[in-house]
Amino acid sequence: MEKIYDKNQTKCKIVKAKPETIQFLLNYSKSLKITEASGIKFESNMN
Amino acid sequence: MEIQIADSILIQDYINGDERALETLINRHNQRLSSFIYSKVSDREITEDIFQDTFIKVIRTLKRGRYNEEGKFLPWVMRIAHNLIIDHFRKSSRMPMFEGSSSFNIFSVISDEKLNIEKQLIKTQIDEELILLIDELPVDQKDVLVMRIYKDMSFKEISENTGVSINTALGRMRYALINLRKIIEENNIVLTN
Repeated sequence: MEKIYDKNQTKCKIVKAKPETIQFLLNYSKSLKITEASGIKFESNMN
Repeated sequence: MEIQIADSILIQDYINGDERALETLINRHNQRLSSFIYSKVSDREITEDIFQDTFIKVIRTLKRGRYNEEGKFLPWVMRIAHNLIIDHFRKSSRMPMFEGSSSFNIFSVISDEKLNIEKQLIKTQIDEELILLIDELPVDQKDVLVMRIYKDMSFKEISENTGVSINTALGRMRYALINLRKIIEENNIVLTN
C-alpha cells in the first residue's frame, strides 16, 4: 500500500516558480528606474 | 491569526517605493499563476519563463504608473500571462530553424515517413518545380523569401542582412508571394499532392 501512495504523490507536484526566478524579479524591480522628461517616460536599468 | 493585506494596498505601497510589497504579491499569487500557465503549456521550464515575463510586464506597468485600479490585480496578471502563452504557441508553431545551402528544400525537413512511392515522386517533383518558380522571382524578392521561409529568419534579421528597412522586407515578401501565384496562374501549373 505504501508504495502505491508514493506513486500517486509524485504525480501531484505543486507547480510554483523557483526561488531564483522570484529573486531575479525582485532584483529587476530594484534596478529598474523610470525617469520622466518632457512628458516622456524613460526606463533605465541600474545593474 | 495573520491579517492579509489587500492586493490594492500592496500595489500602492509598491508604487510608493516599498519593494517588499512586490515580494508579497509574487509569493501570494505564485502558485495560482504558475499552475495556470503550466495547465496550458505542460512544461516546467516554459512555465518558469512565462511566469518571469509576466511579472516583468507587471513591474514595468506599475513603475510607469500605468496600472488601472478599476480591475482586480490577479485577473489582470492572468490576462498578461494568457497573452504571453498565446505568443509562445505562435512562436513555436513557426518552422524549425535550419541553416541550409542554396540547394536545400524545406520539404526534406518536414518529410512524412508514411508517404508511399507515388506520393514521394509527386512531392519531389513539386519541390523541384517550386525551386524553379522561386528562381523566376526578381533577386531582391527571392532573397527575402529564401531567408524567411528556408532560413527561418525574422524580418528584423532580414532587414539587417539586406540593408533595407523592415517595411521594405515585408513588402518584398508580399510581392514575392503575389508574383509566385501569378507565375503559377499564368502557366497553368498545378501544385498538388
